[in-house]
Amino acid sequence: MTDKSVNTPISLASVRQILKKRAFSTPTDSVLTFVVFGALAWLAWSLFDWAILRAVWSAENVAQCGKETSAGACWAVIDARHRLILFGLYPFDQHWRSTLAAVAIVATVVLSCIPLMWTAKRIITLWILGFTTYYLLMEGSLLGLQQVTTDGWGGLSLTLFLFSSVVLLGMPIGLGLALMRRSEMPFVRGFAVILIDFVRSLPLLVTLFTAAVVIPIILPSWLEGDKIWRVIVAFALFFACYQAEVFRGGFQAIPKGQFEAGAALGLTYWQTLGRIVLPQVFRHALPSTINMVVITFKETALVIIIGFFDIMASAKAAFGTGEWAPHYLEVYVFVAFIYWAFIFSLGQYGEYLKGRMAISER
Amino acid sequence: MSKADELRLKAKRRKILIQTGLIGLSIVVIFGAVVTARTNLQSLGLTSGFGFLARSTGWDYSFSLVPKTIMDPYSQTLFVGFLNTLFVGFIAIFLTTLFGFIIGTARDASNIAIKTAATVYVQIFRNIPLILQLVFLYSVLINMPGPRQAMSIADTVFLSNRGLMLPGLSVTPGVAVALLLVSLAFGVFLIWRKSDLLRGLLTWGIGSILMCVIAAIAVRPEGASLVSVPELKGLRFRGGITIPIELLGMIVAITLYGSAYIAEVVRGGLAQVPKGLTEAGQALGLTKGAIWSRIKMPMALRSIIPPLGNQWIFMMKATTIGVAIGFSDLFYIVSISITQSGQTLELIAILAGAFLLVNGGLAIFTNWLNARMKLKAH
Repeated sequence: MTDKSVNTPISLASVRQILKKRAFSTPTDSVLTFVVFGALAWLAWSLFDWAILRAVWSAENVAQCGKETSAGACWAVIDARHRLILFGLYPFDQHWRSTLAAVAIVATVVLSCIPLMWTAKRIITLWILGFTTYYLLMEGSLLGLQQVTTDGWGGLSLTLFLFSSVVLLGMPIGLGLALMRRSEMPFVRGFAVILIDFVRSLPLLVTLFTAAVVIPIILPSWLEGDKIWRVIVAFALFFACYQAEVFRGGFQAIPKGQFEAGAALGLTYWQTLGRIVLPQVFRHALPSTINMVVITFKETALVIIIGFFDIMASAKAAFGTGEWAPHYLEVYVFVAFIYWAFIFSLGQYGEYLKGRMAISER
Repeated sequence: MSKADELRLKAKRRKILIQTGLIGLSIVVIFGAVVTARTNLQSLGLTSGFGFLARSTGWDYSFSLVPKTIMDPYSQTLFVGFLNTLFVGFIAIFLTTLFGFIIGTARDASNIAIKTAATVYVQIFRNIPLILQLVFLYSVLINMPGPRQAMSIADTVFLSNRGLMLPGLSVTPGVAVALLLVSLAFGVFLIWRKSDLLRGLLTWGIGSILMCVIAAIAVRPEGASLVSVPELKGLRFRGGITIPIELLGMIVAITLYGSAYIAEVVRGGLAQVPKGLTEAGQALGLTKGAIWSRIKMPMALRSIIPPLGNQWIFMMKATTIGVAIGFSDLFYIVSISITQSGQTLELIAILAGAFLLVNGGLAIFTNWLNARMKLKAH
């Protein structure tokens, strides 16, 4: 049934048939279709009218904002403050570095979506390369540029930094925890189970807050590190504990016979794991992993609460001054759109992969 | 000793070595942390222990279900925070489950328009961080006109920068909480009895409303009207129920976001019901409602409940973002207490303990629900 409908070319007759079945099958159905589509169209038009038709676009025309003639969006605030939103307090004349660094991270994420990169070596090299590029550009001193410490990083660049370092650090820890959880040794297994369940039942905010506030008390000062690194490690631990469960799901899909086959061939534990089991585990766990990555990107927005100048905080600062205060709506819409575009595309890609894998397994 | 035995012994020794190492390392880390914490706290001049719980706080906060003063001890203030977290959490769980099932069913609808509307909703609200939605919404609410220019529906419901004013039954807060608990127990009883899905929901809804009305008639204060409607008196509203904007923002933001997630869970569950079952229902001449409540949903629930339970736990954890808008949930109270009293370790332990307790309880409830919903015949 489904196979047939996939291959049938779309003709006018089939469209009419679908419409008849799915939009106008009964009188109530027809009324519903008109009312709901009408409401959606009205919403879309109002949004378009506000955001495009009646909007004020440039900072020079800011005087027109809020006047009767242009009751639309005041994008002038974005025109005037986008640098603050995107780069935070990073030195103004060095913004090109922040831009390139952000592009490096986005490029890393986009490239990891291409199946060509899906070998252990390539994907690890890619992420380490992307992350190093980011760090060298942002920090600057190793490239002979003006040094900017992590305190000076902000805006979208900081959000991307948190995101990429959490994924890069959390992925191997997650794999390690998943392996520990499968271990035959009761204490190793118990350790992993307790850690995973404990971290998973705490809100992320509590974990991050603990890293920011409690760790300085219980660690000697030479081990303390910067606040940003403490928070990244805690965030990575959170990611790892969830990702460990994703990997566990992947492991469960592998028949036990494969381990036995590996052992029968005389392969060691690590050889069996690396050459036979893990490639399949990654494949099975891929859609859930992407889901986890998407969630992580969303959750980075929480760091504003523990005092980081991420894109949420810089957005707040952008309308914090008196003259722009009335235009908080436009700033939030702008930031929400950035998040939405990133998360929506990654999510759609995950759905596409899921569909593709479902087909290959049929 | 044969070669095999030798290898086996070697492997056993290695396992013991690894485990001893892990335990030893854990002990060293914990011991080191305790020692360092003690010296660090001593140098800061802080005494550890839970003695501070009896001291009064001396600071105020936004929302409480019970009367509060700034003279309340820490223990009571923390308990208020815990109640607020539970309050928002359970309201959010109830509303997200309700809307999530409606929207998830709409995602599965045969009508193209309804399906499109539900998809647009899910794709917008699921793909923007919850905290951004909350702060956004709160900014909008705080910039609403004041009580005098409040927006109103038929002069009974008002929305202003002071909050949402609703008409309500004239009952005391204590009675309201009692009613809520009885209604909850009634719901659990219906699940326990395994009543039919749609009929059970109807019984529960009508039963709860009837019970509230009867209670309101029976125990309302002397001379008060049955329903109290908010009225503008001078600069503020009197009567009715006032939902302050912090609480309103929390409930609406978590509900919008969580409903989109639960809708996806519900859609996934409905998609797993074999098409033949629906067609069999149609062949029998069942109505759409009957097919949904007697065939699709009972089948789908088996795969919906485990991820639904995870969403409930997520919702409970999500209440911590109240700190972003100054809603006094447990996390907010704990973080203020830490800056005020300096008892960081004790307060974090209380916070973690509270969440372990609540989320553990939710997990147990989900497991129970899952066992109840399982089809016996399989």
